[in-house]
Amino acid sequence: MQAIGRVPVLGALFGTRLNAVISLAMLALMAWLLPPLFRWAFADAVWEAANRAACQAAGTGACWAFIRARFALFFYGLYPEPERWRADVGLLLLAVIGAGALLARRHKGWWLLALITVAPVGGGILLAGGVFGLKPIPTPQWGGLLLNVVISFVALAGAMPLGVALAFGRRSQFPVVRMLSIAMIEFWRGVPLLTVLFMGLVLLPLFLPGGVTVDNLVRALIVMTLFTAAYMAETIRGGLQGVAKGQSEAAEALGMHPMQVQVLVVLPQALRLSIPGIINIAVDLFKDTTLVSIVGLFDLMGVVTQSMKDPAWLGLAAEGYTFAAVVFFLACLVISMGGSLLERRYGQASRR
Amino acid sequence: MRIRNKAWAWQATTAGAVVAVLLWFSHNLSANLAIRGMQVDFAFLWQRSGFDIPFRLVAWDNSYTYGYALVVSGVNTLFAAALCVVLASLLGLLLALMRLSGNPLAVGFSRTSIEVVRNTPQLTQIVFFYFAVLQVLPPMRQSLQWGSGIFLNVRGLYIPSPSGVLWDWIVAGTCIVVLLVAVLWRRFSWHELPRIVVLPPLLVAGVVIAGFTASWELPALKGFNFVGGIRIPPELLALVLGITIYTSVFIAEIIRAAIQGIHHGQSEAARSLGLSSGQSMFLVILPQALRILIPPLTSQYLNIIKSTTLGAAIAYPEILQIFARTVLNQSGRAVEVMTLVLGVFLAINLITSAIMNAWNRRLALQGR
Repeated sequence: MQAIGRVPVLGALFGTRLNAVISLAMLALMAWLLPPLFRWAFADAVWEAANRAACQAAGTGACWAFIRARFALFFYGLYPEPERWRADVGLLLLAVIGAGALLARRHKGWWLLALITVAPVGGGILLAGGVFGLKPIPTPQWGGLLLNVVISFVALAGAMPLGVALAFGRRSQFPVVRMLSIAMIEFWRGVPLLTVLFMGLVLLPLFLPGGVTVDNLVRALIVMTLFTAAYMAETIRGGLQGVAKGQSEAAEALGMHPMQVQVLVVLPQALRLSIPGIINIAVDLFKDTTLVSIVGLFDLMGVVTQSMKDPAWLGLAAEGYTFAAVVFFLACLVISMGGSLLERRYGQASRR
Repeated sequence: MRIRNKAWAWQATTAGAVVAVLLWFSHNLSANLAIRGMQVDFAFLWQRSGFDIPFRLVAWDNSYTYGYALVVSGVNTLFAAALCVVLASLLGLLLALMRLSGNPLAVGFSRTSIEVVRNTPQLTQIVFFYFAVLQVLPPMRQSLQWGSGIFLNVRGLYIPSPSGVLWDWIVAGTCIVVLLVAVLWRRFSWHELPRIVVLPPLLVAGVVIAGFTASWELPALKGFNFVGGIRIPPELLALVLGITIYTSVFIAEIIRAAIQGIHHGQSEAARSLGLSSGQSMFLVILPQALRILIPPLTSQYLNIIKSTTLGAAIAYPEILQIFARTVLNQSGRAVEVMTLVLGVFLAINLITSAIMNAWNRRLALQGR
């Protein structure tokens, strides 16, 4: 025991009696878990086959041929094949403007403005069509990962201004405004997302004038936006509380209007402080967009569940959901990485 | 004076706008309901339901009312949530201890599983357990078997059920003793160890002792079905597994942050006073960590209750599935049903946060 303790790797693993027991238990756990997993996912997996029966004949592992056969469906849903370039261009537009807002050294404000105006309007026109000679594509045909991205982006873009308004409302000195903001925030934070998605589905049409029909996707977008805004409001409120009182006092002493003080001095610093919280909200939101599959939209989860019912690929749940999990994992990783980049760039000034 | 007028004008405008929108909504609602010949009326709750609830903990058959269906499904929701709270806390503690152990293998395993689980959607995990694990299990006759009393097959998990007079008395007695000790803790000034470290093992010990006195009824295959024992349906298993694993990684991070958040000087001071490492953990670190722990832990427990609605994706008969789907489809009473469902969740949330806030206040005061 004594001798082992001084060897670099072995010492950390088997240096003390307790450590040795933990190490052996972990090794046993991994020996039990990893080889079957590796065999299923790689060694015995089938990458090329025409249908499930051919897959099972070729190997006992995962049938990744199913994912390959349905790849386009998982990404675009039923979006018609000749028009898919529009989805690609739309996502590219979003990616370029997003990257610009993250990386630009100058004109940061313009890039951000483009992100909340050009990106949604341009992307919306590209996807929906109906103008500039683009063939109109009804929203029930939008699907797959495309839908998850669209819902997350719209909900996040809508929740930012709403969240800021609610956060200021909750700190307002006017009791009526404060009470209304608190009621709004606590209602949305107190109910499960799935319940309010159901509410949007069955109640929203009843609250609108007779004859007005609201698109299923729009209903989900409204609910997701309001839901996210409530959480956003609490995060931004935390940021507002973190701004030193001296800042607003100094701004007032300079003769700024109370509105200017809040918008030009307090809010930018508060947003900077809330970046980590906002990134968390964005990751949660992206994962939560899967819930729309339960209320009849065909996002990635919905399309995977639907594809498993296809007789040719019947019941390949493990493959389908593993693929979905990997895609979401990678997407969340990208959001987190973008987030830490954002934090480094915009959080910098406060550290100096 | 002018500023005051302006303030009032602001508030009146906001209130007016909100009232106008609400009036517009209610006007549309009554117009829409009038077209359908309906009005908001909760009398349907006393009507006979006529449907079956496949899993329940209280009495139910299709002659009971819609209103009682809310109770049955509410009990199902709370039961699943209670299981998840206990299991996720234990698993979260285990993952946090692994992460803090300093053993490279344990740290690596804990970190990897935390990153993977928390970056994939909860719904994906739940449906994965349901469709990819539990629905592909063998049928009744080829059940997986552990020992002579535990069977797992596509219809669910079968475990032995305990019974006996002595079992009943010892379990009930233990619960009462644990509850009394918890309430009277302060009076006996047994503050050497935190309550949370003493009470759960006491409860477990009582149940284990009772278990030795009970007569166990084993599930056994008779014809096409298992007789005896307790059946845990796959829907409940998948929901509890999914929520437990997903929440446990967040709890693990909360526990880790809380323990690491205690200043290093605290454990050094404890050591220099001559306390052993176990004593310094239980008497110095944990009581303080517990205080940081409670607010974020509360929000995780509330998340668990909200997450039980995901049971609707795999048809576990919880509130959303039974009430917002079955009852709404049968009765067509959208406004009443959704009001009740939202009201139940709001009430659960407000009550839980009130209780946890009260506990938090007591703990926070204790140290000063």
